[in-house]
Amino acid sequence: MSAFTAVYWKEVRENLRDRRTLINALVTGPLLGPVMFIMLMNVTINREIAKADRPIAVPVIGAELAPNLVAALKSAGIDAQPALADPENAVREQRTDIVVRISPDYAKAWNKGQTVQVELIYDSSRRDASTPVMRVRSVVESYGRREGAMRLIARGLSPSTAWPVQVADRDQATSQSRSGLMFSFLPYFFVLTVFLGGMYLAIDLTAGERERQSLEPLFVNPVARWKILAGKLAAICTFSLVSLLLTVGAFMTAPWFIPTEKLGIALDLGWRFSGQVIVLMLPLILLLAALQSLVSAFAKSYREAQTYLSILMIIPILPSVLLSVIPVRAEPWMYTVPLLAQNLGIVQLLRGDGVPGWQLGLCLAGGFVAAVLAVWGAAMLYRSERLAISG
Amino acid sequence: MIEVRDLHKAFGDVRAVNGVSFTARDGEITGLLGPNGAGKTTTLRMLYTLMKPDAGQVLVDGVDAYTDALAVRRRLGVLPDARGLYKRLTAAENIDYFGKLHGMEPALLAQRREALIDGLDMRDIATRRTEGFSQGQRVKTAIARALVHDPRNVLLDEPTNGLDVMATRAMRRFMRQLKDEGRCVLFSSHIMQEVAALCDRIVVIAHGRVVADETPAALLAQTGESSLEDAFVKIIGTDEGLAA
Repeated sequence: MSAFTAVYWKEVRENLRDRRTLINALVTGPLLGPVMFIMLMNVTINREIAKADRPIAVPVIGAELAPNLVAALKSAGIDAQPALADPENAVREQRTDIVVRISPDYAKAWNKGQTVQVELIYDSSRRDASTPVMRVRSVVESYGRREGAMRLIARGLSPSTAWPVQVADRDQATSQSRSGLMFSFLPYFFVLTVFLGGMYLAIDLTAGERERQSLEPLFVNPVARWKILAGKLAAICTFSLVSLLLTVGAFMTAPWFIPTEKLGIALDLGWRFSGQVIVLMLPLILLLAALQSLVSAFAKSYREAQTYLSILMIIPILPSVLLSVIPVRAEPWMYTVPLLAQNLGIVQLLRGDGVPGWQLGLCLAGGFVAAVLAVWGAAMLYRSERLAISG
Repeated sequence: MIEVRDLHKAFGDVRAVNGVSFTARDGEITGLLGPNGAGKTTTLRMLYTLMKPDAGQVLVDGVDAYTDALAVRRRLGVLPDARGLYKRLTAAENIDYFGKLHGMEPALLAQRREALIDGLDMRDIATRRTEGFSQGQRVKTAIARALVHDPRNVLLDEPTNGLDVMATRAMRRFMRQLKDEGRCVLFSSHIMQEVAALCDRIVVIAHGRVVADETPAALLAQTGESSLEDAFVKIIGTDEGLAA
């Protein structure tokens, strides 16, 4: 039996006996993503649906001045509430989403046929308030247009004279691409799973072995250190691959638990999607295994390695965050950047656009080049004298 | 046979080993005696190729440790200062792992493993996971693991460290057995009595240098002392860091 397989099977066997590693690689890691995803999606979808249909109560200041407007609001499911003393503060303190303020000279101006002002007091930085704000605004605006049209007709003019240009929306988003927008954070879960799947192994096989002082006896064997490293990396990759397969499998069941049809979006997480995700993730499995080993090799103890790796764990989040904060157009070079490429590719798959061969090629090439560099770095570190000395 | 020629090793400004030379012959037990911090472990680490000397040469059975490290490691059985067992594996699995790393055939490996388990009297712990082993049980397992490939040369770094009286006696018996099998046994110790009881040849190290390299009888004659302990103290100049 070659040294490589001896190291590989020993590490796999030893870690299969460790409950902490097993739970992290095979339970927490793979299921965390799908469960969080399903819960988040259900909460968002239900909130959106509830807000879109449910009657809402909106404080209206000066409601008695504009009974017709208040009636129009009510017919759209917006109930006028008694006025508040300090509407700006009420909005700021999140006691209400929006306050409508009708100016005191409303009736006078209305009767003269002048423009009247209706103030909407809200906080645009509060995302959960955006649906009620949109609803109130559209009701007020359409009420205004309707009244305007009535006035024109009363003067014997066609309402179209006042609106020479009309905007007509032709949204090209398919139901699948809309879902892609909503699920843009999904790639992170796949990356996170691969990371968590291999993390405890990577710590155990370098920093852990160092802490237990078993690295010195191991290196006394007549085996080149790179072979030992290769066996260890293969064991880490096996665990993170199994983790990835489990999480992809769990995501395949997600559409059963998410009422996507209520939003009119499609969520295709079938075999094709899963297969392509796994191919896209392959270079990351090796890259992360090597990076984790590299980082843990700097640590003298298990705990120290854990600290370093939790910092390293932030890096995979960056592309997801960046893409959601600054939505950039995908440039070809981006497909060569590991993590970013996986992010773009998986979002494309979710949108139903597919990943063309050249993009997949760039993604695999860039990923494996980075992985080889990381493996090389780890191998260099493994050759150092200091690594084996525990004391 | 292990030949050490003028080894030097410095860590920054600290000259841990500063010109160590000696020879450990087959069929003999050679003791490396020195106070704590004298450079014994560093010397041994250079012998088993874990560290590269700044200068000097190590020959194991005539093979240079730095031009052919793998061949040297095949000829050595090493009990390092760090015993580090795999606690989620049984004692037997720990032994097997190292046998496989030496590329041993399964049949031969099983035969050697069983012989060592009997020879070290560790049958009762062989199939137990090593987590929670006593110090003695750990050393036994580590020694079996180190000797599974039947090496001609055996290096033991403080083999009786932390052992109780019974385990120490068993360890000394085992070392004599290795000598009787014609192997070259080199061990380090800071315990004078142990070195005196076991060694055919004593290499005394202090401050990274060899201060004596003699048979016990020659050491007594050279120093004019009647006991080896007094001789050691006289050679080193102090008894600090040594144990009776």
